[in-house]
Amino acid sequence: MSKLFRLISWTQKGDANVHNLTPITALGADTPRIDTVAGVTCTEVSDLALASVAVRLGHEHAAAKSLKSLLNAEAPDVGKALLAQPYSAVWVGPDQWMVGADTASHELLADEVKTALGATASVTEQTDAWCCFDLMGDGIGGVMELLCNVNFRAMQSGDAARTSIHHLGCFVVCGDPHGFVRILGPRASAGSLHHAIVAAMHSAL
Amino acid sequence: MIINHPLLGPRDSAEFVYLGDASLMERPDPETASAEDWHAYAYLRDNPAGPHRELWWHEGGDRSWLVVTRNTVTHEITKVEMARDVARKLGSKA
Repeated sequence: MSKLFRLISWTQKGDANVHNLTPITALGADTPRIDTVAGVTCTEVSDLALASVAVRLGHEHAAAKSLKSLLNAEAPDVGKALLAQPYSAVWVGPDQWMVGADTASHELLADEVKTALGATASVTEQTDAWCCFDLMGDGIGGVMELLCNVNFRAMQSGDAARTSIHHLGCFVVCGDPHGFVRILGPRASAGSLHHAIVAAMHSAL
Repeated sequence: MIINHPLLGPRDSAEFVYLGDASLMERPDPETASAEDWHAYAYLRDNPAGPHRELWWHEGGDRSWLVVTRNTVTHEITKVEMARDVARKLGSKA
């Protein structure tokens, strides 16, 4: 038995042995990372379930109706986000949205959305494809100006845009132009995105 | 260079990826096309000095394909359309 093999612990489940796996955040820790620089806080968000919706050709009207009843509101228009509970949504392209919810209560979000939309749209599980950081506090405008070419100071609550941050395709969702922005980026590059955000905070603040 | 996206407004061309001549959207019908048709589709381009319809992909934005009419001499952009609208129009004609 190799040394590595002995380090892995197992649990008997029925007839099988399974690994004892510990859930980790996008940055690889047990708990979400929090960084604070001069009153601005960058918080890693690890409890966000995501599913993408792409409406199928010819089903635009039916899909919009089903999405409206799921979200309890019209699906957000071009460049907008629906900031609500239990479901939030971001417009990501023509007839395409990203739906979000709390992981704890909606771990199977993609199934829920697919059940609501049926054959009118293609729904894809996205939870483990993205990492998420919330920036909060006065001065986020300066940080966002350094990070990306979105005109953040012109954004209102509920505006959303996709842009490049540190050469990574990211969504920027404005919660409050004076104090809250949410950044979604590729999970495989969570460390790089986090580095870019914290470096911008140190530079701008 | 700024591309005036039909949905998102003016966006820096750095957000886009260039593909080439918009005639790529008009693929020959595989049922009826001859070898010459496929050769023309795959290899022959007009390469005009002047207005040129071309495909751009908004990679750093909403991932739409656009048909951009750009003057290859001055870089002036005179028209920007959603490629899906153009394609649907082409499809309804066929």
